[in-house]
Amino acid sequence: MGFPHHPHPRETTVLSKYFGDAEARTLDGWKKRGGYKALEKALGMQPADIVNVVKESGLRGRGGAGFPTGMKWSFMKPGDGKPHYLCCNADESEPGTFKDRELMRWTPHALVEGCAIGAYAIGAETAYIYIRGEFTEPLYWMEKAVAEAYAAGIIGKNAMGTGKRVDVYVHKGAGAYICGEETALMNSLEGRRGNPRIKPPFPAVSGVFGMPTTINNVETLIASAPILLNGADWYKKMSLSNPKSTGTKLFSVCGNVQRPGTYEVVLGFPFKEFLYDLCGGPLHGRKFKAVIPGGASVPIQTMEEAEATLMDYEGFVAQGSMLGSGGVIVIDDAQPMVTVIARLARFFAHESCAQCTQCREGTAWTTKIMERIRDGEGTMEDLDTLLDIGEQMTGTTICVLSDSCAVPVASGIKKFRGEFEALIQGRRFHPVTAAVA
Amino acid sequence: MVNLTIEDRPVTVPEGTTILEAAKVAGILIPHYCYHPGLPIAGVCRMCLVQVEKAPKLAPSCATTVAEGQVVHVYTDKSLEARKAVLEMLLINHPLDCPICDQSGECELQDFTYMEGRKESRYRDPKRFNPAEDFGGDVIYVPNRCILCTRCVRFMDDVAHEPTLNVSERGDRALIGKFEGRDMTHPWAANVIDLCPVGALLSKDFLNKARAWELDRTASICPNCTQGCNVMMETRENQIVRMKPRPNENVNAFFMCDWGRLNYRWMNEKNRAEQPMVRQGGALAATTWELAITAAARALNGKKVFVAASPMLSNESLFLLTELIQGGSGAFRVVEGDEAPLAGVEDLALRRERAANVYGAEKLGFKKTRDLLGGLGQGDVLVVAGEDLAGIDAAALSGASDVIVISSVLPEAAAARASVVLPIANFAEEEGTVTNLRGRVQRFTQARQAPGETRPSWLVLGDLLGALGKQSNFFLPSEVFARLASVNKSFAGLSYDTIGFKGLPLADAPAGPKTPIAVGAA
Repeated sequence: MGFPHHPHPRETTVLSKYFGDAEARTLDGWKKRGGYKALEKALGMQPADIVNVVKESGLRGRGGAGFPTGMKWSFMKPGDGKPHYLCCNADESEPGTFKDRELMRWTPHALVEGCAIGAYAIGAETAYIYIRGEFTEPLYWMEKAVAEAYAAGIIGKNAMGTGKRVDVYVHKGAGAYICGEETALMNSLEGRRGNPRIKPPFPAVSGVFGMPTTINNVETLIASAPILLNGADWYKKMSLSNPKSTGTKLFSVCGNVQRPGTYEVVLGFPFKEFLYDLCGGPLHGRKFKAVIPGGASVPIQTMEEAEATLMDYEGFVAQGSMLGSGGVIVIDDAQPMVTVIARLARFFAHESCAQCTQCREGTAWTTKIMERIRDGEGTMEDLDTLLDIGEQMTGTTICVLSDSCAVPVASGIKKFRGEFEALIQGRRFHPVTAAVA
Repeated sequence: MVNLTIEDRPVTVPEGTTILEAAKVAGILIPHYCYHPGLPIAGVCRMCLVQVEKAPKLAPSCATTVAEGQVVHVYTDKSLEARKAVLEMLLINHPLDCPICDQSGECELQDFTYMEGRKESRYRDPKRFNPAEDFGGDVIYVPNRCILCTRCVRFMDDVAHEPTLNVSERGDRALIGKFEGRDMTHPWAANVIDLCPVGALLSKDFLNKARAWELDRTASICPNCTQGCNVMMETRENQIVRMKPRPNENVNAFFMCDWGRLNYRWMNEKNRAEQPMVRQGGALAATTWELAITAAARALNGKKVFVAASPMLSNESLFLLTELIQGGSGAFRVVEGDEAPLAGVEDLALRRERAANVYGAEKLGFKKTRDLLGGLGQGDVLVVAGEDLAGIDAAALSGASDVIVISSVLPEAAAARASVVLPIANFAEEEGTVTNLRGRVQRFTQARQAPGETRPSWLVLGDLLGALGKQSNFFLPSEVFARLASVNKSFAGLSYDTIGFKGLPLADAPAGPKTPIAVGAA
């Protein structure tokens, strides 16, 4: 859905149906559009049945890892005598990703409903929405929606008159990328420094305040409502290629395309058509050069890879990348890859929480070398050093931020080595000649 | 118990043990920085990565518990490469200023780099720089050398229970910071200096005093309060320059308080009684040991004796003094201060009573009093043993028929009255045992040489007893102790061999509240 909120005919708008519809933001408007019916239905079901429906539907985590949501919910064992918590990860801080922002701006009640359903399903009475500090407008709408829902008795001590307690709290982060990592988010929520925790124990055993916790992405929780209303089969049928990837997914497109924006397509949609048709193709006189399809931390795809991709969890992996958060960053031929990658590395170096050595020092070192190469002062040995540091930064740390920094660098050197070598050998990148060549 | 294999060596350890601790049992030290057995696990330095068979990734051995049948490899190419990379990255912003760093020679960054690091760094960009900072108390912080292992942060948070330090900033800009309005004046704060594996946290007191390799280290006991923390006394050219805690799970875990740590200068005292002296023609004159002992024995013979003892004296010396008393009595007094517990360790505190052997002195029959000479009867022979008589007027000694000083410093109050002065070694200069407030008997050994003709107190007292015709013939403090153990029920069954360097409780020691802390080899 490009600006200003006209869905493309080839989109399938399940979650983004009311984007641009100001009335849908209010409780009355949302109810008129069928809101809170799913919660009403859910509260009348057994939690285990809700988990089963979600399991059936094949819904997978929309935050990046793609873990089956129903299975994650089933890890929460009922009757263990401990309070359970639901966390909604609304810290959408992955560069290039802004789907959750749109969801919360236009359909805040959908998230309140999703949180209430999720909390009830996992036996939690409290749900926290951890919202990114920079999201001032979504925060405004979310707080308003939660207040409205409380006032109307939809959530609270006696949710929808069923006698069940569902509390939803909105917590504002303070602006750290790492707080989007689930255990760092929990530390931040508890008032500690946002450092990722060592796993195990996993959140389902010891999460927020040391209690069993499930943490889900905004989009995942919102998707649970239509699944409950329309049934698992309806959702399962929405799949264009691999049956393991079901339903619709929001992709936020930015970079050098005609129509950047948030688009909702059924998983398995051809990426080539997505880029050229829905997003309108490259800017005038330019050609696409590369795509980062799932937020800054996934491998860069060349156009050959991107054009052969079917947009689902498996499709991106088959073409050398990952679906990630669905933040598509499109890079055209006027952009020097080294500059792009150096900027990405700088971001990760800035955002490293400084716990693990490889990440704290490795991301900064990578940035220094990348910027040196960018400025024409690199050497050929630097490329080997970069790859070697990257290898040591992968799979050796508590969380994956360090891996995320190594990934674009390694894939960039592998796929665009020519541009690196040209800069090292003293040939400066020239956007005009590069575009014409 | 769990059975596993580490580097082809079979190991059996209790359930819940980490791979790192299990490897110590197998005789393998896996390099590590953030892990410390006295602190909660952080798992952040990533130095202790090892390969566990069937695991997809390298495992941090400090944060991975053992599993039955596990096969662990410490020295595979993959794990060596990973640790080499960590070392290289720790050093890219490190100033490599070992020649002017106090930690040099006892630095784990040096040690592990020599063990497993790269020969040359591939880093050719500018290094980060942050100025050194005074953290208050005895602590100075040099951020350029810091590897952010967070041991200091965890000590203040989880052991001292006074959050003072934090990791400020993110990424490679991160450094250890102080919370607003807090500083390292907590009475146990200086332990972060010992915990710091590199030269980032340094002692102001020890700054630029000595290189680690010039120091002689002696296992001893901190004499500064009744807790009896196990320490290393470190000397350079016969001067004590530093005291550091020595791990003991029954007494002090890995720690000692700042007051005890910094209160060592009195053991280097220069103004000493260095020669035996007897009064001749109204003035004290130097003489030989034989003549001095004879003179003292003559003065004591058959008289009622009152001993003003010091609670710094060893069990051995105090025991020999009781033999000397012969129906008289003995008393001692203790300097007092505020108690300062270390919140995170059970039954560990800087105690109110600031002397090493208060419990032992009482056990051996000396009376604890505030009026030291209150028990001195008219016509008694006063023996001043180790006491400095500070704050006591010379007139208070007037009731004594004779005054014999057995001390390392000649007390001013006794200078005019003493007929014999027998100079003895101080706490750091002799060997012996002391008994801490929980009735634990602990050995200390000689850390420096006594000046002049000074002799160990037990030897002097033994000779004196011999001159009085009582059994003596003690050639070693252990023989004195064996004698003590044979006549005193509380000490029965103990000997230097069984006490060792971790100490043992007296037979009738009160059951302490203490459950031993799990202390791995530090």
